[in-house]
Amino acid sequence: MDNATVLNRLRDTFGAVVSAPDERHGDLKVCIEASRLPEVGRWLRDEADLQYTLLENLCGVDYLGRLPRFEVVYHLFSFQNAHRLCLKVGVPEEHPVVPSVTSVWPTANWHERETYDMFGIVFEGHPSLERILMPEEWAGHPLRKDVPLGYEEVAFTFNEDRIYAHKPFAKE
Amino acid sequence: MGIEEKAANLGIVTTTLETVVNWGRTNAMWPLTFGLACCAIEMMSAQASNYDLSRFGMEINRPSPRQADLMIVSGRVSRKMAPVLRRLYDQMSDPKWVIAMGDCASCGGVFNNYAIVQGVDEVVPVDVYVAGCPPRPEALIDGIMRLHEKVMKEKISGTSHNADRTTIRVEQEQQDGGLIQVT
Repeated sequence: MDNATVLNRLRDTFGAVVSAPDERHGDLKVCIEASRLPEVGRWLRDEADLQYTLLENLCGVDYLGRLPRFEVVYHLFSFQNAHRLCLKVGVPEEHPVVPSVTSVWPTANWHERETYDMFGIVFEGHPSLERILMPEEWAGHPLRKDVPLGYEEVAFTFNEDRIYAHKPFAKE
Repeated sequence: MGIEEKAANLGIVTTTLETVVNWGRTNAMWPLTFGLACCAIEMMSAQASNYDLSRFGMEINRPSPRQADLMIVSGRVSRKMAPVLRRLYDQMSDPKWVIAMGDCASCGGVFNNYAIVQGVDEVVPVDVYVAGCPPRPEALIDGIMRLHEKVMKEKISGTSHNADRTTIRVEQEQQDGGLIQVT
């Protein structure tokens, strides 16, 4: 199984749903329309000659300043063909919703929770979309590029008085 | 001369209650058993045979906060861990002391980001800060000795032992590796 075959199979079945194929660094990457994602995933998993049964990784990417701003990336692996495939879904900032693929690959459950936690991308149809790493009461999504990098100004001898005046020291 | 000499001959020593109590506390401190990061390796090393912390009456770690009176925060504390740490501190019985071991516990260290508490003094009141990344076992032992000195100076009164709390910072001097004290 090579990249061209997989791409042709995808195009024959889904047509314009699949776009922007890329083979940099050897692995095939394709963009998928968000609304058709679970359908494409299930087809890739169940098709007898493809069998992408393993979702290796699912993550979010923030391309601040680009449209659409976010991207959710799915890395698939087929044991049968020893072949990797990468799916990408663009997610607009104003409506960051992607259908969940937990029904296709159960391993997506925690990955989607992490992506939600870090980027604020909502996975529609997820059984329990809650934060997985950050505390429940945390406001915001820390891996977004517009979240400030440093948490607190670094205290040196010349500015520690000013910083420590506002630092919330614990009480007994 | 006088009564003290005669009393000593009889096997009697006169002192103050404060001194006896504080002496007892310093020589039987029971640290809470927990390690958070790489500093814990140095802490374990300090307690193992090479550095042998039991020379100072600290040979026993207690896995239950009810039985411990010293908390050595050995490593960075994530924001999700902070409530757990505070609960452990609240469960320890008074009198209790806290050592912030290493840069991360003292001020966040290299982790100046959203995930790590910027100094454990935001969560629990700290008695001694030990600098280093991680501090060598000698530095931790020095921090513990400083804490002992502090405990020896404590007054027995109706108020909490932390009423006039002063903190000690043990800083590592760059030139000769010796230790200096900054208060």
